[in-house]
Amino acid sequence: MRGGQVSLDRRPVLRGIDLTVRSGEVVAVLGANGSGKSTLIRALLGLIPLSGGSTLLYGTPPARFRDWWRIGYVPQRLSVGGGVPSTIREVVASGRIARQRRFRRTSAADAAATSRALETVGLADRAGDPVQALSGGQQQRVLIARALAGEPDAFVMDEPTAGVDAASQRLLADTLAGLVAQGRTVVLVAHELGPMEPLITRAVVLRDGCVCHDGPPPRAVGTHALPGHDHVHPHAEESPASPLEWRPTS
Amino acid sequence: MIDLLQYDFMQRALLAALLIGLTAPAVGTFIVQRRLALLGDGIGHVALTGVALGFLTGTAPVLTAVLVSVLGAVAIELVRARGRTSGDVALALLFYGGIAGGVLLISLAPGGSNSTLMSYLFGSISTVTAQDVWVIGALAVAVLGVVAVFGRELFVLCQDEEVAKASGLPVRLLSLLIAVTAALTVVIAMRVVGLLLVSALMVVPVATGQQLTRGFRSTMLLAVVFGVLATVGGLTTSFYVEAPPGALIVLVALGGFVLALGLGRFVRRSRPQESRP
Repeated sequence: MRGGQVSLDRRPVLRGIDLTVRSGEVVAVLGANGSGKSTLIRALLGLIPLSGGSTLLYGTPPARFRDWWRIGYVPQRLSVGGGVPSTIREVVASGRIARQRRFRRTSAADAAATSRALETVGLADRAGDPVQALSGGQQQRVLIARALAGEPDAFVMDEPTAGVDAASQRLLADTLAGLVAQGRTVVLVAHELGPMEPLITRAVVLRDGCVCHDGPPPRAVGTHALPGHDHVHPHAEESPASPLEWRPTS
Repeated sequence: MIDLLQYDFMQRALLAALLIGLTAPAVGTFIVQRRLALLGDGIGHVALTGVALGFLTGTAPVLTAVLVSVLGAVAIELVRARGRTSGDVALALLFYGGIAGGVLLISLAPGGSNSTLMSYLFGSISTVTAQDVWVIGALAVAVLGVVAVFGRELFVLCQDEEVAKASGLPVRLLSLLIAVTAALTVVIAMRVVGLLLVSALMVVPVATGQQLTRGFRSTMLLAVVFGVLATVGGLTTSFYVEAPPGALIVLVALGGFVLALGLGRFVRRSRPQESRP
Protein backbone atom coordinates (compact mmCIF):
# COMPACT_ATOMS: atom_id res chain seq x y z
CA MET A 1 0.00 0.00 0.00
CA ARG A 2 1.58 3.13 -1.16
CA GLY A 3 0.24 5.67 1.27
CA GLY A 4 0.09 3.14 4.05
CA GLN A 5 -2.73 2.43 6.38
CA VAL A 6 -3.01 4.02 9.77
CA SER A 7 -5.56 2.99 12.29
CA LEU A 8 -6.07 4.53 15.68
CA ASP A 9 -8.97 2.81 17.27
CA ARG A 10 -10.21 3.36 20.78
CA ARG A 11 -13.11 0.99 20.90
CA PRO A 12 -13.17 -1.44 23.76
CA VAL A 13 -12.35 -4.15 21.22
CA LEU A 14 -9.31 -2.34 19.93
CA ARG A 15 -7.60 0.03 22.27
CA GLY A 16 -5.30 2.37 20.49
CA ILE A 17 -3.72 0.62 17.59
CA ASP A 18 -1.13 2.14 15.33
CA LEU A 19 -0.52 0.12 12.26
CA THR A 20 0.87 1.00 8.88
CA VAL A 21 0.96 -1.58 6.17
CA ARG A 22 3.52 -0.80 3.52
CA SER A 23 3.28 -1.78 -0.09
CA GLY A 24 4.43 -5.31 -0.83
CA GLU A 25 4.24 -6.52 2.72
CA VAL A 26 2.64 -9.81 3.65
CA VAL A 27 1.19 -9.21 7.07
CA ALA A 28 -0.35 -11.87 9.24
CA VAL A 29 -2.63 -10.66 12.00
CA LEU A 30 -2.51 -13.25 14.75
CA GLY A 31 -4.11 -13.55 18.13
CA ALA A 32 -6.56 -15.43 20.29
CA ASN A 33 -10.26 -15.68 19.63
CA GLY A 34 -11.87 -12.37 20.51
CA SER A 35 -8.59 -10.48 20.47
CA GLY A 36 -10.03 -8.21 17.78
CA LYS A 37 -8.30 -9.51 14.66
CA SER A 38 -11.33 -9.36 12.40
CA THR A 39 -12.40 -6.08 13.95
CA LEU A 40 -9.00 -4.65 13.21
CA ILE A 41 -9.00 -5.39 9.51
CA ARG A 42 -12.63 -4.37 9.10
CA ALA A 43 -11.86 -1.10 10.86
CA LEU A 44 -8.81 -0.62 8.66
CA LEU A 45 -11.08 -0.78 5.63
CA GLY A 46 -13.66 1.51 7.18
CA LEU A 47 -16.30 -1.23 7.21
CA ILE A 48 -17.04 -0.55 10.85
CA PRO A 49 -16.87 2.94 12.31
CA LEU A 50 -14.03 3.99 14.57
CA SER A 51 -14.90 5.49 17.93
CA GLY A 52 -11.57 7.26 18.01
CA GLY A 53 -8.57 7.76 15.83
CA SER A 54 -8.58 7.47 12.10
CA THR A 55 -7.80 5.11 9.31
CA LEU A 56 -6.47 5.92 5.87
CA LEU A 57 -6.58 3.87 2.70
CA TYR A 58 -3.81 4.91 0.36
CA GLY A 59 -3.74 8.21 2.18
CA THR A 60 -7.50 8.81 1.97
CA PRO A 61 -10.18 8.31 4.64
CA PRO A 62 -12.53 5.44 3.66
CA ALA A 63 -15.52 7.76 3.22
CA ARG A 64 -13.72 9.67 0.50
CA PHE A 65 -11.78 6.74 -0.88
CA ARG A 66 -12.62 6.12 -4.55
CA ASP A 67 -10.10 3.55 -5.72
CA TRP A 68 -11.80 0.56 -4.12
CA TRP A 69 -10.63 -1.63 -6.99
CA ARG A 70 -7.18 -1.48 -5.41
CA ILE A 71 -8.42 -3.52 -2.46
CA GLY A 72 -9.67 -7.10 -2.54
CA TYR A 73 -11.54 -8.00 0.62
CA VAL A 74 -12.12 -11.65 1.45
CA PRO A 75 -14.69 -11.97 4.23
CA GLN A 76 -14.62 -14.70 6.81
CA ARG A 77 -17.33 -16.90 5.40
CA LEU A 78 -19.45 -17.15 2.34
CA SER A 79 -22.68 -15.40 3.04
CA VAL A 80 -24.48 -16.05 -0.18
CA GLY A 81 -27.53 -15.74 1.94
CA GLY A 82 -31.08 -16.43 1.01
CA GLY A 83 -32.25 -19.38 -0.94
CA VAL A 84 -31.37 -18.00 -4.34
CA PRO A 85 -28.62 -20.12 -5.86
CA SER A 86 -25.68 -18.40 -7.54
CA THR A 87 -23.15 -20.11 -9.75
CA ILE A 88 -19.49 -20.01 -8.83
CA ARG A 89 -18.84 -17.94 -11.90
CA GLU A 90 -21.50 -15.40 -10.99
CA VAL A 91 -20.01 -14.90 -7.55
CA VAL A 92 -16.45 -14.67 -8.84
CA ALA A 93 -17.48 -12.29 -11.62
CA SER A 94 -19.04 -9.99 -9.04
CA GLY A 95 -15.51 -9.31 -7.81
CA ARG A 96 -15.11 -7.09 -10.86
CA ILE A 97 -17.74 -4.69 -9.57
CA ALA A 98 -15.32 -2.03 -8.36
CA ARG A 99 -13.82 -1.87 -11.83
CA GLN A 100 -17.10 -1.69 -13.71
CA ARG A 101 -19.16 1.30 -14.66
CA ARG A 102 -22.84 1.35 -13.98
CA PHE A 103 -24.11 1.66 -17.53
CA ARG A 104 -21.49 -0.54 -19.18
CA ARG A 105 -22.02 -4.15 -19.92
CA THR A 106 -19.61 -6.81 -18.73
CA SER A 107 -16.55 -6.55 -20.97
CA ALA A 108 -14.24 -9.18 -22.42
CA ALA A 109 -11.58 -8.09 -19.92
CA ASP A 110 -14.03 -8.79 -17.08
CA ALA A 111 -14.76 -12.25 -18.43
CA ALA A 112 -11.07 -13.00 -18.91
CA ALA A 113 -10.17 -11.90 -15.38
CA THR A 114 -12.99 -14.02 -13.99
CA SER A 115 -11.76 -17.07 -15.90
CA ARG A 116 -8.19 -16.51 -14.73
CA ALA A 117 -9.33 -16.24 -11.13
CA LEU A 118 -11.29 -19.48 -11.47
CA GLU A 119 -8.24 -21.21 -12.97
CA THR A 120 -6.05 -20.00 -10.14
CA VAL A 121 -8.19 -21.54 -7.44
CA GLY A 122 -8.80 -24.69 -9.47
CA LEU A 123 -12.55 -24.28 -9.84
CA ALA A 124 -12.73 -23.54 -13.56
CA ASP A 125 -14.37 -26.88 -14.32
CA ARG A 126 -17.11 -26.24 -11.80
CA ALA A 127 -17.87 -22.64 -12.76
CA GLY A 128 -21.50 -23.45 -13.51
CA ASP A 129 -22.22 -25.16 -10.21
CA PRO A 130 -24.09 -23.36 -7.46
CA VAL A 131 -21.81 -22.16 -4.65
CA GLN A 132 -24.25 -23.62 -2.16
CA ALA A 133 -23.23 -27.11 -3.27
CA LEU A 134 -19.58 -26.58 -2.31
CA SER A 135 -17.72 -27.61 0.79
CA GLY A 136 -16.37 -25.00 3.21
CA GLY A 137 -12.87 -25.07 1.74
CA GLN A 138 -14.17 -24.73 -1.80
CA GLN A 139 -16.42 -21.84 -0.80
CA GLN A 140 -13.39 -20.14 0.67
CA ARG A 141 -11.64 -20.60 -2.66
CA VAL A 142 -14.61 -18.97 -4.39
CA LEU A 143 -14.29 -15.96 -2.10
CA ILE A 144 -10.59 -15.68 -2.82
CA ALA A 145 -11.25 -16.01 -6.54
CA ARG A 146 -13.77 -13.19 -6.25
CA ALA A 147 -11.07 -10.95 -4.80
CA LEU A 148 -8.56 -12.15 -7.43
CA ALA A 149 -10.99 -11.32 -10.22
CA GLY A 150 -10.91 -7.67 -9.23
CA GLU A 151 -7.12 -7.66 -9.73
CA PRO A 152 -6.47 -5.46 -6.71
CA ASP A 153 -3.11 -4.22 -5.44
CA ALA A 154 -3.82 -5.26 -1.91
CA PHE A 155 -5.64 -8.26 -0.48
CA VAL A 156 -7.29 -8.22 2.89
CA MET A 157 -8.32 -11.69 3.99
CA ASP A 158 -10.26 -12.59 7.11
CA GLU A 159 -9.35 -16.09 8.25
CA PRO A 160 -8.84 -17.59 4.80
CA THR A 161 -7.72 -20.85 6.38
CA ALA A 162 -10.44 -21.31 9.00
CA GLY A 163 -12.17 -24.63 8.57
CA VAL A 164 -10.43 -25.29 5.28
CA ASP A 165 -9.19 -28.74 4.25
CA ALA A 166 -5.49 -29.39 3.74
CA ALA A 167 -5.70 -29.39 -0.05
CA SER A 168 -7.39 -26.01 -0.11
CA GLN A 169 -4.84 -24.63 2.35
CA ARG A 170 -2.01 -25.79 0.11
CA LEU A 171 -3.72 -24.22 -2.90
CA LEU A 172 -4.25 -21.01 -0.99
CA ALA A 173 -0.58 -20.87 -0.08
CA ASP A 174 0.37 -21.38 -3.73
CA THR A 175 -2.01 -18.64 -4.81
CA LEU A 176 -0.59 -16.37 -2.18
CA ALA A 177 2.96 -17.12 -3.31
CA GLY A 178 1.97 -16.05 -6.82
CA LEU A 179 0.56 -12.79 -5.51
CA VAL A 180 3.61 -12.10 -3.42
CA ALA A 181 5.82 -12.73 -6.46
CA GLN A 182 3.81 -10.05 -8.26
CA GLY A 183 4.56 -7.64 -5.46
CA ARG A 184 0.98 -7.44 -4.15
CA THR A 185 0.28 -6.46 -0.59
CA VAL A 186 -1.47 -9.03 1.58
CA VAL A 187 -2.99 -8.62 5.01
CA LEU A 188 -4.51 -11.75 6.44
CA VAL A 189 -6.05 -12.80 9.68
CA ALA A 190 -5.18 -16.31 10.69
CA HIS A 191 -5.49 -18.79 13.44
CA GLU A 192 -2.85 -21.04 12.03
CA LEU A 193 -0.59 -20.18 9.16
CA GLY A 194 0.09 -23.72 8.01
CA PRO A 195 1.64 -23.83 4.53
CA MET A 196 1.41 -20.01 4.22
CA GLU A 197 3.93 -19.57 6.98
CA PRO A 198 7.11 -19.04 4.87
CA LEU A 199 5.40 -16.27 2.87
CA ILE A 200 4.67 -14.01 5.80
CA THR A 201 7.04 -11.04 6.05
CA ARG A 202 5.53 -9.47 9.14
CA ALA A 203 3.41 -10.67 12.01
CA VAL A 204 1.10 -8.49 14.06
CA VAL A 205 -0.09 -10.19 17.20
CA LEU A 206 -3.13 -8.83 18.96
CA ARG A 207 -3.93 -9.37 22.58
CA ASP A 208 -6.82 -7.78 24.47
CA GLY A 209 -7.29 -5.24 21.72
CA CYS A 210 -3.67 -4.13 21.66
CA VAL A 211 -0.75 -4.96 19.44
CA CYS A 212 1.55 -7.04 21.58
CA HIS A 213 3.97 -7.93 18.83
CA ASP A 214 4.73 -6.30 15.52
CA GLY A 215 7.72 -7.48 13.58
CA PRO A 216 9.22 -10.31 11.66
CA PRO A 217 7.37 -13.56 12.02
CA PRO A 218 8.96 -16.34 13.95
CA ARG A 219 10.58 -18.79 11.63
CA ALA A 220 9.76 -22.42 11.99
CA VAL A 221 12.54 -24.91 12.09
CA GLY A 222 12.11 -28.20 10.35
CA THR A 223 8.55 -29.42 10.30
CA HIS A 224 7.28 -27.13 13.01
CA ALA A 225 3.85 -25.71 12.48
CA LEU A 226 2.24 -22.71 14.04
CA PRO A 227 -0.11 -23.98 16.71
CA GLY A 228 -2.06 -20.75 16.78
CA HIS A 229 -4.34 -18.98 19.16
CA ASP A 230 -3.77 -20.44 22.54
CA HIS A 231 -0.02 -20.07 22.36
CA VAL A 232 0.36 -16.33 22.30
CA HIS A 233 3.32 -15.59 24.47
CA PRO A 234 2.37 -13.54 27.52
CA HIS A 235 5.61 -11.57 27.53
CA ALA A 236 5.99 -10.60 23.95
CA GLU A 237 7.86 -7.39 24.75
CA GLU A 238 10.65 -9.30 26.42
CA SER A 239 11.23 -11.57 23.50
CA PRO A 240 9.96 -9.76 20.44
CA ALA A 241 11.37 -12.26 18.01
CA SER A 242 9.22 -15.10 19.26
CA PRO A 243 5.80 -14.02 20.39
CA LEU A 244 4.48 -17.49 19.81
CA GLU A 245 5.33 -20.63 21.53
CA TRP A 246 6.26 -23.54 19.42
CA ARG A 247 5.25 -27.08 19.62
CA PRO A 248 6.60 -29.68 17.27
CA THR A 249 3.93 -31.57 15.47
CA SER A 250 4.25 -35.21 14.83
CA MET B 1 -58.94 -16.74 -25.22
CA ILE B 2 -60.41 -14.67 -28.08
CA ASP B 3 -63.75 -14.06 -26.38
CA LEU B 4 -61.87 -13.03 -23.30
CA LEU B 5 -60.15 -10.21 -25.17
CA GLN B 6 -63.46 -8.80 -26.37
CA TYR B 7 -63.99 -7.17 -23.03
CA ASP B 8 -62.21 -3.90 -22.41
CA PHE B 9 -61.86 -4.58 -18.71
CA MET B 10 -60.26 -7.94 -19.43
CA GLN B 11 -57.76 -6.34 -21.81
CA ARG B 12 -56.75 -3.87 -19.14
CA ALA B 13 -56.66 -6.55 -16.50
CA LEU B 14 -54.48 -8.83 -18.62
CA LEU B 15 -52.07 -6.02 -19.38
CA ALA B 16 -51.81 -5.18 -15.68
CA ALA B 17 -51.35 -8.86 -14.83
CA LEU B 18 -48.59 -9.20 -17.41
CA LEU B 19 -46.71 -6.19 -16.04
CA ILE B 20 -46.97 -7.50 -12.51
CA GLY B 21 -45.88 -10.97 -13.54
CA LEU B 22 -42.77 -9.35 -15.00
CA THR B 23 -41.84 -7.00 -12.17
CA ALA B 24 -42.72 -8.74 -8.92
CA PRO B 25 -40.46 -11.79 -9.37
CA ALA B 26 -37.57 -9.66 -10.72
CA VAL B 27 -37.52 -7.58 -7.55
CA GLY B 28 -38.41 -10.61 -5.47
CA THR B 29 -35.23 -12.42 -6.50
CA PHE B 30 -33.09 -9.78 -4.80
CA ILE B 31 -35.34 -9.67 -1.77
CA VAL B 32 -35.30 -13.43 -1.31
CA GLN B 33 -31.54 -13.49 -1.74
CA ARG B 34 -31.30 -10.86 0.95
CA ARG B 35 -33.44 -12.97 3.27
CA LEU B 36 -36.15 -10.36 3.40
CA ALA B 37 -38.93 -12.50 1.96
CA LEU B 38 -41.48 -10.90 4.27
CA LEU B 39 -40.54 -7.35 3.28
CA GLY B 40 -43.27 -7.30 0.66
CA ASP B 41 -45.84 -8.26 3.28
CA GLY B 42 -44.69 -5.51 5.60
CA ILE B 43 -44.91 -2.92 2.87
CA GLY B 44 -48.28 -4.28 1.81
CA HIS B 45 -49.74 -3.71 5.25
CA VAL B 46 -48.34 -0.19 5.37
CA ALA B 47 -49.74 0.54 1.93
CA LEU B 48 -53.21 -0.07 3.33
CA THR B 49 -52.83 3.06 5.42
CA GLY B 50 -51.88 4.85 2.22
CA VAL B 51 -55.00 3.64 0.45
CA ALA B 52 -57.22 4.80 3.30
CA LEU B 53 -55.41 8.13 3.35
CA GLY B 54 -56.27 8.52 -0.32
CA PHE B 55 -59.98 8.02 0.40
CA LEU B 56 -59.81 10.37 3.36
CA THR B 57 -58.15 13.17 1.43
CA GLY B 58 -59.95 12.57 -1.83
CA THR B 59 -56.79 11.85 -3.83
CA ALA B 60 -56.16 8.76 -5.90
CA PRO B 61 -55.52 5.86 -3.50
CA VAL B 62 -52.79 4.48 -5.78
CA LEU B 63 -50.77 7.68 -5.39
CA THR B 64 -51.12 7.92 -1.63
CA ALA B 65 -50.34 4.21 -1.41
CA VAL B 66 -47.10 4.80 -3.34
CA LEU B 67 -46.18 7.63 -1.01
CA VAL B 68 -46.93 5.85 2.25
CA SER B 69 -45.47 2.50 1.23
CA VAL B 70 -42.23 4.14 0.06
CA LEU B 71 -42.00 5.88 3.43
CA GLY B 72 -42.75 2.58 5.17
CA ALA B 73 -40.10 0.75 3.13
CA VAL B 74 -37.51 3.39 3.97
CA ALA B 75 -38.45 3.10 7.64
CA ILE B 76 -38.05 -0.69 7.54
CA GLU B 77 -34.68 -0.33 5.84
CA LEU B 78 -33.44 2.22 8.37
CA VAL B 79 -34.48 0.04 11.30
CA ARG B 80 -32.87 -2.98 9.66
CA ALA B 81 -29.60 -1.14 9.04
CA ARG B 82 -29.42 0.21 12.59
CA GLY B 83 -30.09 -2.80 14.74
CA ARG B 84 -30.00 -6.05 12.87
CA THR B 85 -31.44 -8.15 15.63
CA SER B 86 -34.73 -6.37 15.98
CA GLY B 87 -35.40 -6.27 12.24
CA ASP B 88 -38.25 -8.76 12.36
CA VAL B 89 -39.83 -7.05 15.33
CA ALA B 90 -39.71 -3.73 13.51
CA LEU B 91 -41.35 -5.41 10.55
CA ALA B 92 -44.08 -6.80 12.80
CA LEU B 93 -44.73 -3.37 14.32
CA LEU B 94 -45.23 -1.97 10.83
CA PHE B 95 -47.61 -4.82 9.97
CA TYR B 96 -49.93 -3.92 12.83
CA GLY B 97 -49.52 -0.18 12.50
CA GLY B 98 -50.31 -0.34 8.81
CA ILE B 99 -53.52 -2.35 9.21
CA ALA B 100 -54.73 -0.40 12.23
CA GLY B 101 -53.96 2.90 10.56
CA GLY B 102 -55.79 1.84 7.43
CA VAL B 103 -58.90 0.71 9.26
CA LEU B 104 -58.97 3.86 11.39
CA LEU B 105 -58.45 6.25 8.50
CA ILE B 106 -61.04 4.59 6.28
CA SER B 107 -63.65 4.88 9.02
CA LEU B 108 -62.98 8.61 9.11
CA ALA B 109 -63.30 8.96 5.34
CA PRO B 110 -66.69 10.10 4.05
CA GLY B 111 -68.70 7.03 3.03
CA GLY B 112 -65.71 4.77 3.64
CA SER B 113 -65.96 1.45 5.38
CA ASN B 114 -63.93 -1.67 5.76
CA SER B 115 -65.56 -3.08 2.66
CA THR B 116 -63.92 -0.27 0.68
CA LEU B 117 -60.60 -1.66 1.76
CA MET B 118 -61.54 -5.18 0.74
CA SER B 119 -60.92 -4.53 -2.94
CA TYR B 120 -57.40 -3.43 -2.03
CA LEU B 121 -56.76 -6.21 0.44
CA PHE B 122 -57.75 -8.94 -1.98
CA GLY B 123 -57.51 -7.14 -5.31
CA SER B 124 -60.18 -6.36 -7.81
CA ILE B 125 -58.63 -6.63 -11.18
CA SER B 126 -61.93 -6.30 -13.00
CA THR B 127 -62.24 -2.70 -11.83
CA VAL B 128 -58.82 -1.68 -13.13
CA THR B 129 -59.21 1.60 -15.01
CA ALA B 130 -57.23 2.83 -18.00
CA GLN B 131 -55.52 5.31 -15.69
CA ASP B 132 -54.50 2.47 -13.37
CA VAL B 133 -52.91 0.66 -16.30
CA TRP B 134 -50.87 3.74 -17.16
CA VAL B 135 -49.70 4.15 -13.58
CA ILE B 136 -48.87 0.45 -13.35
CA GLY B 137 -47.04 0.64 -16.68
CA ALA B 138 -44.93 3.60 -15.59
CA LEU B 139 -44.06 2.00 -12.27
CA ALA B 140 -43.19 -1.27 -13.97
CA VAL B 141 -40.81 0.52 -16.35
CA ALA B 142 -39.20 2.25 -13.37
CA VAL B 143 -38.80 -1.00 -11.44
CA LEU B 144 -37.41 -2.98 -14.37
CA GLY B 145 -35.10 -0.06 -15.18
CA VAL B 146 -33.68 -0.19 -11.68
CA VAL B 147 -33.10 -3.92 -11.97
CA ALA B 148 -31.42 -3.53 -15.37
CA VAL B 149 -29.17 -0.63 -14.40
CA PHE B 150 -28.29 -1.55 -10.82
CA GLY B 151 -28.68 -5.32 -11.05
CA ARG B 152 -24.97 -6.05 -10.86
CA GLU B 153 -24.46 -3.85 -7.83
CA LEU B 154 -27.59 -5.15 -6.14
CA PHE B 155 -26.32 -8.70 -6.63
CA VAL B 156 -23.13 -7.88 -4.72
CA LEU B 157 -25.10 -6.04 -2.04
CA CYS B 158 -27.56 -8.85 -1.50
CA GLN B 159 -24.73 -11.34 -1.28
CA ASP B 160 -22.65 -9.57 1.31
CA GLU B 161 -23.06 -6.03 2.50
CA GLU B 162 -19.50 -5.73 3.78
CA VAL B 163 -18.01 -6.86 0.51
CA ALA B 164 -20.25 -4.37 -1.26
CA LYS B 165 -18.90 -1.67 1.01
CA ALA B 166 -15.32 -2.81 0.46
CA SER B 167 -15.98 -2.63 -3.27
CA GLY B 168 -16.86 1.03 -2.93
CA LEU B 169 -20.58 0.61 -3.62
CA PRO B 170 -23.00 3.12 -2.13
CA VAL B 171 -24.45 0.54 0.23
CA ARG B 172 -26.97 2.74 1.98
CA LEU B 173 -28.28 4.17 -1.26
CA LEU B 174 -28.61 0.74 -2.85
CA SER B 175 -30.39 -0.65 0.21
CA LEU B 176 -32.89 2.18 0.05
CA LEU B 177 -33.22 1.62 -3.68
CA ILE B 178 -34.21 -2.01 -3.11
CA ALA B 179 -36.69 -1.02 -0.41
CA VAL B 180 -38.27 1.67 -2.58
CA THR B 181 -38.38 -0.61 -5.59
CA ALA B 182 -40.12 -3.23 -3.48
CA ALA B 183 -42.62 -0.62 -2.32
CA LEU B 184 -43.40 0.40 -5.90
CA THR B 185 -43.86 -3.25 -6.84
CA VAL B 186 -46.29 -3.76 -3.99
CA VAL B 187 -48.41 -0.86 -5.17
CA ILE B 188 -48.30 -2.11 -8.75
CA ALA B 189 -49.50 -5.53 -7.69
CA MET B 190 -52.03 -4.22 -5.18
CA ARG B 191 -54.86 -3.81 -7.69
CA VAL B 192 -54.41 -7.26 -9.13
CA VAL B 193 -53.70 -9.69 -6.32
CA GLY B 194 -54.44 -7.50 -3.33
CA LEU B 195 -52.15 -6.27 -0.59
CA LEU B 196 -52.39 -9.46 1.44
CA LEU B 197 -51.19 -11.61 -1.44
CA VAL B 198 -48.69 -9.24 -3.06
CA SER B 199 -45.72 -10.81 -1.42
CA ALA B 200 -46.63 -14.20 -2.83
CA LEU B 201 -45.84 -12.95 -6.32
CA MET B 202 -42.46 -11.69 -5.16
CA VAL B 203 -41.52 -14.88 -3.38
CA VAL B 204 -43.29 -17.91 -4.84
CA PRO B 205 -42.03 -17.62 -8.46
CA VAL B 206 -38.49 -17.19 -7.11
CA ALA B 207 -38.87 -20.25 -4.91
CA THR B 208 -40.19 -22.10 -7.96
CA GLY B 209 -37.35 -20.97 -10.18
CA GLN B 210 -34.59 -21.98 -7.82
CA GLN B 211 -35.80 -25.56 -7.72
CA LEU B 212 -34.69 -25.90 -11.32
CA THR B 213 -31.70 -23.58 -11.66
CA ARG B 214 -28.16 -23.28 -10.43
CA GLY B 215 -27.46 -19.62 -11.01
CA PHE B 216 -28.81 -16.24 -9.96
CA ARG B 217 -29.52 -14.88 -13.40
CA SER B 218 -31.26 -18.04 -14.55
CA THR B 219 -33.32 -18.09 -11.35
CA MET B 220 -34.47 -14.55 -12.01
CA LEU B 221 -35.37 -15.26 -15.64
CA LEU B 222 -37.26 -18.39 -14.74
CA ALA B 223 -39.00 -16.61 -11.86
CA VAL B 224 -40.21 -13.94 -14.27
CA VAL B 225 -41.50 -16.60 -16.66
CA PHE B 226 -43.34 -18.33 -13.81
CA GLY B 227 -44.62 -14.99 -12.57
CA VAL B 228 -46.15 -14.12 -15.93
CA LEU B 229 -47.60 -17.62 -16.32
CA ALA B 230 -49.18 -17.38 -12.88
CA THR B 231 -50.69 -13.91 -13.26
CA VAL B 232 -51.96 -14.34 -16.80
CA GLY B 233 -52.97 -17.97 -16.23
CA GLY B 234 -54.70 -17.23 -12.94
CA LEU B 235 -56.56 -14.27 -14.36
CA THR B 236 -57.71 -16.19 -17.43
CA THR B 237 -58.94 -19.04 -15.27
CA SER B 238 -60.81 -16.64 -13.03
CA PHE B 239 -62.66 -15.32 -16.08
CA TYR B 240 -64.03 -18.76 -16.88
CA VAL B 241 -64.67 -20.15 -13.42
CA GLU B 242 -65.81 -16.90 -11.79
CA ALA B 243 -63.43 -17.01 -8.85
CA PRO B 244 -61.42 -14.14 -7.33
CA PRO B 245 -58.38 -13.63 -9.60
CA GLY B 246 -55.95 -12.75 -6.79
CA ALA B 247 -56.49 -16.07 -5.07
CA LEU B 248 -56.33 -18.03 -8.31
CA ILE B 249 -53.08 -16.33 -9.35
CA VAL B 250 -51.43 -17.22 -6.08
CA LEU B 251 -52.75 -20.78 -6.18
CA VAL B 252 -51.49 -21.23 -9.73
CA ALA B 253 -48.09 -19.95 -8.58
CA LEU B 254 -48.09 -22.36 -5.65
CA GLY B 255 -49.13 -25.21 -7.92
CA GLY B 256 -46.17 -24.38 -10.13
CA PHE B 257 -43.93 -24.47 -7.09
CA VAL B 258 -45.09 -27.94 -6.11
CA LEU B 259 -44.53 -29.19 -9.67
CA ALA B 260 -41.07 -27.61 -9.78
CA LEU B 261 -40.22 -29.18 -6.44
CA GLY B 262 -40.81 -32.66 -7.84
CA LEU B 263 -39.20 -31.86 -11.16
CA GLY B 264 -36.20 -30.26 -9.47
CA ARG B 265 -35.57 -33.35 -7.44
CA PHE B 266 -35.68 -35.42 -10.60
CA VAL B 267 -33.34 -33.05 -12.46
CA ARG B 268 -30.87 -33.01 -9.61
CA ARG B 269 -30.82 -36.75 -9.35
CA SER B 270 -30.09 -37.15 -13.04
CA ARG B 271 -27.12 -34.81 -12.77
CA PRO B 272 -23.98 -36.87 -12.31
CA GLN B 273 -21.86 -34.57 -10.18
CA GLU B 274 -23.19 -32.06 -7.78
CA SER B 275 -22.07 -33.53 -4.54
CA ARG B 276 -18.91 -32.49 -2.82
CA PRO B 277 -15.84 -34.52 -3.65
